[in-house]
Amino acid sequence: MSKSHQKDSGGDNGFSRRSFLKGVGTGVISTAVLPGVVSAGKYAEKIQSPQEWVTSDAITLNVNGENRRVTVESRATLVSVLRNELNLTGTKNGCGTGECGACTVLIDGEPAYSCLTLAMDAVGRKIVTIEGLAENGQLSPVQQAFLEYDGYQCGYCTPGQIMAAEGLLAKNPNPSTEEIKRGMSGNLCRCAAYQHIFISVAEAAKKGGR
Amino acid sequence: MKNFAFVRARSVKEAVLSLGTDWNEAAVMGGGTDLIGEMKNYVHTPNKVVNLRAVPDLKYIKQDGNLIKIGALTSIAAVETDTLIKSNFAALSKAASLVASPQLRNMGTIAGNICQRPRCWYYRDSGIECLRKGGRLCYAMVGENKYHAVLGGLGCYIVHPSDTAVSFTAFDAKIKIAHPDGEKEVNIEEFFVLPEDDLNRENILKPNEIVTEISVPIPENGTKSTFIKVQERGVWDFAVAGVAVSLKLDGNRCDKARIVLGAAAPIPWRSLDAEKELEGRTINEETAQRAADASVYNNMPMTGNAYKVQLFKNIVKRAILELV
Ligand SMILES: Cc1cc2nc3c(=O)[nH]c(=O)nc-3n(C[C@H](O)[C@H](O)[C@H](O)COP(=O)(O)OP(=O)(O)OC[C@H]3O[C@@H](n4cnc5c(N)ncnc54)[C@H](O)[C@@H]3O)c2cc1C
Ligand code: SF4
Repeated sequence: MSKSHQKDSGGDNGFSRRSFLKGVGTGVISTAVLPGVVSAGKYAEKIQSPQEWVTSDAITLNVNGENRRVTVESRATLVSVLRNELNLTGTKNGCGTGECGACTVLIDGEPAYSCLTLAMDAVGRKIVTIEGLAENGQLSPVQQAFLEYDGYQCGYCTPGQIMAAEGLLAKNPNPSTEEIKRGMSGNLCRCAAYQHIFISVAEAAKKGGR
Repeated sequence: MKNFAFVRARSVKEAVLSLGTDWNEAAVMGGGTDLIGEMKNYVHTPNKVVNLRAVPDLKYIKQDGNLIKIGALTSIAAVETDTLIKSNFAALSKAASLVASPQLRNMGTIAGNICQRPRCWYYRDSGIECLRKGGRLCYAMVGENKYHAVLGGLGCYIVHPSDTAVSFTAFDAKIKIAHPDGEKEVNIEEFFVLPEDDLNRENILKPNEIVTEISVPIPENGTKSTFIKVQERGVWDFAVAGVAVSLKLDGNRCDKARIVLGAAAPIPWRSLDAEKELEGRTINEETAQRAADASVYNNMPMTGNAYKVQLFKNIVKRAILELV
């Protein structure tokens, strides 16, 4: 179990309340208690008052090793911010409900659906997208294998497939065929290029995976 | 999705105090995989989301005496792969391994899994005000109810969607709940509630209460367990029928049995009648069949889900025989 993101996202890391406070022009911070809360005790000063509620804010996202500053609404999903604010359009928005895998990115090293992740909730965590894999113009072994072994047809699901494979091989560098199928089972391919996808992942593993 | 205030709670206390006393006003977020879906569908439109990610020390699986304790924010994937859980609670790691998809198991928390909201398609449609949402009709009763309850429905016929909750029930887990004045612990069977007790909620939590830990007693020596889930496709699918069976065995003689059905009722359904058929008896084809028949005692299928009754009998029998 990784404990790393607990450490990273503690407190207000990368998160500014100031911009919001300036926006609503209130000087009142702290001590205010939510209505209806009587026994707040020693935590009273820590509870955010309604004036402090942040419905949009400037946050810092760590994407592909770079800190990117961006102003987002609370409701913005990570996939929408990657694509529309950071111009990282490699990550695809498919179903929007966590049932296709096209939006898969790595968060703290693990494959995750960016359509069911709020950008606000990704603050302080390491996000890797398809754009972050190649180094010095050199494709990653997984990307190279998908290219060589035709791990796609139309290509729409491919970035998500590749990110799932990256996450799988990082954890399990020598997966069996069964483990590959299971590891890739959170990604649909409507062209049904599955056989080639599995071969690509197996070949990438042979070449040292990540 | 309607916009909302995003609150990063830094302690359990801060989380429960920030939540307040109105369900419509605020929602607590673990991994967000269910809550964001509800908000995208406008089924739930809170003004405030209280995020637990920054709360320290809620992510662990550890042994404490004869208990295994699981922190609320522990991922489903961690529950699936943990060796303490695998060796003591096979039915739990198996249930966790069958939840949703690899990505969703990485993202979803164990507390979020047992607190997730129903999947009834009328419930998930924001245009429909059914009984559970304060309306006057259960649309499933007269409409499409292929996946609905065959047991325990009264007024509302949802099935509880969590796979892990079924296994937790088979191991007599306890749920630790934090509230503004402190914390309490309840048996999992007191945690979930039937529609006859509360039409609108699936468990006893109040708006300003959160689950902080699930603890599970290590079973007595000689206990074996398994979990079977029937789903229409191999991934992403909620159970059509599920069962967790835990048996304390002396040779083939059963000293103690827990048989819990998933996707049968609005709560994980402990089948006392089936357990009684096994306890004190030798397990064989015949006793397993009798327990299987008893497992759905008093079932009341709806217009479209009677097929589930036989399905439950089959998997209960198969699960029992798998263990001897
Ligand atoms: C496509 C898809 C398929 C799925 N298939 C399955 C499946 O086969 N089996 C299965 O079991 N599940 C399945 N799920 C459900 C999934 O496992 C849950 O969404 C997940 O476990 C919820 O965890 P979370 O941390 O993301 O919860 P969240 O979305 O953060 O929260 C879920 C609910 O619980 C509440 N909550 C969260 N944490 C707490 C807490 N600590 N105390 C009190 N309340 C809390 C929230 O307010 C919310 O109402 C599926 C989900 C999707 C999207
Ligand atoms: S089964 Fe429950 S949630 Fe579904 S329509 Fe009926 S009352 Fe609503």
